[in-house]
Amino acid sequence: MNTDRFTVLLFDLATGKGERVQVEGRDRVAGGSGLAALLFDRYGQPGAAWDAPEQPLIFAIGPLTGYFPLMSKTICAFISPYHHQYTESHGGGRSAMALRLTGLDALVVIGRSPGPCFLEVGSTHAHARDCGFLWGLDVFETGKVLRRMSKGSGHRSILRIGPAGENGAAIAGINIDTYRHFGRLGGGAAMGAKNLKAIILQGDGVLQLPQGNRYATLFAEVHNQVTASGMMKKYHDLGTPANLESLNDLQSLPWRNLQATADEAVEHISGQRFAEEALLRNSACSGCPVGCIHVGFVREKFMDSHRYLYRQVSYDYETIFSLGSMLGVTDMSGVLTLLDLFEKAGMDAMSAGVALAWATEATAKGLLSVQETVVPLTFGDCASYRQAAHSFGNGLNEFYRLLGQGALKAAAVYGGEDFACVLGQEMAGYATGEVFFAAQSLGFRHSHLDTGGYSYDQQHADKDVDAAVAFLVRDEASRAFMTSMVACLFARNVYTDTLMAECLQALGYDGLAATIPECAAHIQKLRWQTRFASGFHPASISIPKRFFQVATWKGPIDPQYLQALQAEYGRAICALAGR
Amino acid sequence: MKILTTPRMDRCIGCHSCSLACARLLHHRLSWDTAGIRIHSSGGLTTGFTAVHCLACASPPCAEVCPTGALQPRRDGGVVFKKKLCNRCGACAPACPVDAIFIDREGELFVCLHCGLCIPFCPHDCLELAEASDLRLRLSSNLTEPAS
Repeated sequence: MNTDRFTVLLFDLATGKGERVQVEGRDRVAGGSGLAALLFDRYGQPGAAWDAPEQPLIFAIGPLTGYFPLMSKTICAFISPYHHQYTESHGGGRSAMALRLTGLDALVVIGRSPGPCFLEVGSTHAHARDCGFLWGLDVFETGKVLRRMSKGSGHRSILRIGPAGENGAAIAGINIDTYRHFGRLGGGAAMGAKNLKAIILQGDGVLQLPQGNRYATLFAEVHNQVTASGMMKKYHDLGTPANLESLNDLQSLPWRNLQATADEAVEHISGQRFAEEALLRNSACSGCPVGCIHVGFVREKFMDSHRYLYRQVSYDYETIFSLGSMLGVTDMSGVLTLLDLFEKAGMDAMSAGVALAWATEATAKGLLSVQETVVPLTFGDCASYRQAAHSFGNGLNEFYRLLGQGALKAAAVYGGEDFACVLGQEMAGYATGEVFFAAQSLGFRHSHLDTGGYSYDQQHADKDVDAAVAFLVRDEASRAFMTSMVACLFARNVYTDTLMAECLQALGYDGLAATIPECAAHIQKLRWQTRFASGFHPASISIPKRFFQVATWKGPIDPQYLQALQAEYGRAICALAGR
Repeated sequence: MKILTTPRMDRCIGCHSCSLACARLLHHRLSWDTAGIRIHSSGGLTTGFTAVHCLACASPPCAEVCPTGALQPRRDGGVVFKKKLCNRCGACAPACPVDAIFIDREGELFVCLHCGLCIPFCPHDCLELAEASDLRLRLSSNLTEPAS
């Protein structure tokens, strides 16, 4: 095979036709994040609106996808309706393996369908089908109907949106195989703008593996490392919710719209409590033996005479933070019920919870009333939040449609920008200190996963701006290469550069294996150049006052340190992009 | 002789490690399909997973319909596959009552040979090689054994 070329399907929804194209550049951009940026530069329209029909919606995997354990994620790239700039969202499930088994390195969807449709892609077919009957259905109903309409149970991936994506909510996500998501920054709306309700990836292809024993032996070594390491226990056992108690102990868990960073009530929503009382079972992305997906259950009595229904809801640290501590909701059933409502609507639960937390504090301050919120919002009042979640997720009034564009957009109209917990987008659940606040604010995806800023905060009490920024720049380059492979970041301690080079060599990517640091630096630069070209500038990001009023284990936030970090990291990013 | 059994599929997390191992180690392919064990979701992810594989019939109907002797009954159940004898007629797959034989686009067939290569890759000990005679005894007495 030609290892320098990517096989890409360019599908135009306006014409219903696709074209397989070969794109060169493997040794320069690897795949995943790097490939997505390369493809956006080729097919994107940086000056056009996020919902312009010609804007591409890109799904890309890496050279190791499917060939090695935990190389199990997909990059989704698009112009975000949230900030109208280029962005990525990362997701797993079966999407990566299914895309690999279609024989593609990337799928690029352009154009707008004349009416609601779904796109099905396999190793020997690609077609769009009308599906007006699915428009308006929630994420789970959509999945059920599509499972009946297509073959390949368990050997396909179904990506779909709910009403939030159809309505253009800037925090609408794309659901992957029920329990995973391209959650953040509005990928759901990018799909909805194309009248694209769903994408079915049929993993029906068969790929030849390298001759000889080298590949199989290396696979077994990696598999053994993954399953023997503490990672297996950490992510399978309690999973990421184990962080709730530890961050609360560190005074770093946001409570009630970040009015506090610790609360004794954490014991009611701890990872341990969820595992003991709500965990139904674990699930996994295809090709990953870890099984980090935690599926909880909640039982609901909907009628007298003991008439019950039950829901199966996947939970993580971030969603327990956003719909639990951030809203002051401290019963597990309540958290899972809210989560289920946002899942059905196809709205990112992290962003939605943080936005609702802003609305709750705005209500307490008299900036909002039931005229806007439909029900009175009070921290801890789960019954009201249930009604609000339904109205919010489905965009049932003008206020909730505005809130669906992000808390700061609503605050610009109603006031309360000072306490909108937005760091480039609605915050992730890490009130660890100045480095994280600067890192999420300016991070490429405004994600806690762009860099390990939250970890740096926990390990450094000093205030060395240069050292912190140097760490962020270095760490981002390393992660950018991993997300170009596309590895699950849970495996970042297993997949060292040395191991990734061995894996690449085993598959014949000798050129890429020999130049990982250079390639990582190139990808980092390319991504930032792409983001800048679509309108980004660090100076446009402001950090709301609330983040300057926080106390963590290190004491009160140091405003000067945070401002210096923001300025210096912004300069470093400009330098990366050659600006 | 031992046969592959799946006594603890209620533990399955759907990672496909077993079927990918079979495709990789026995057939030198990356595929969800070209494997002797294939994992499907049973009615969507919310209801768990099912393993499709040869259940080791004592008188395999696939071998009965094979015109070239490529599939021959294996002692204690299942089949032995002699690839060189296969004329790719495709008669075996529809004869299997549990859909355990996969035929690719070139007509090559893939069926479980009860070798057990997949077993070490299951993170939850769902799979097991068992003596056919023990298994039939166990089934007849309706016992469920815990994992070792």
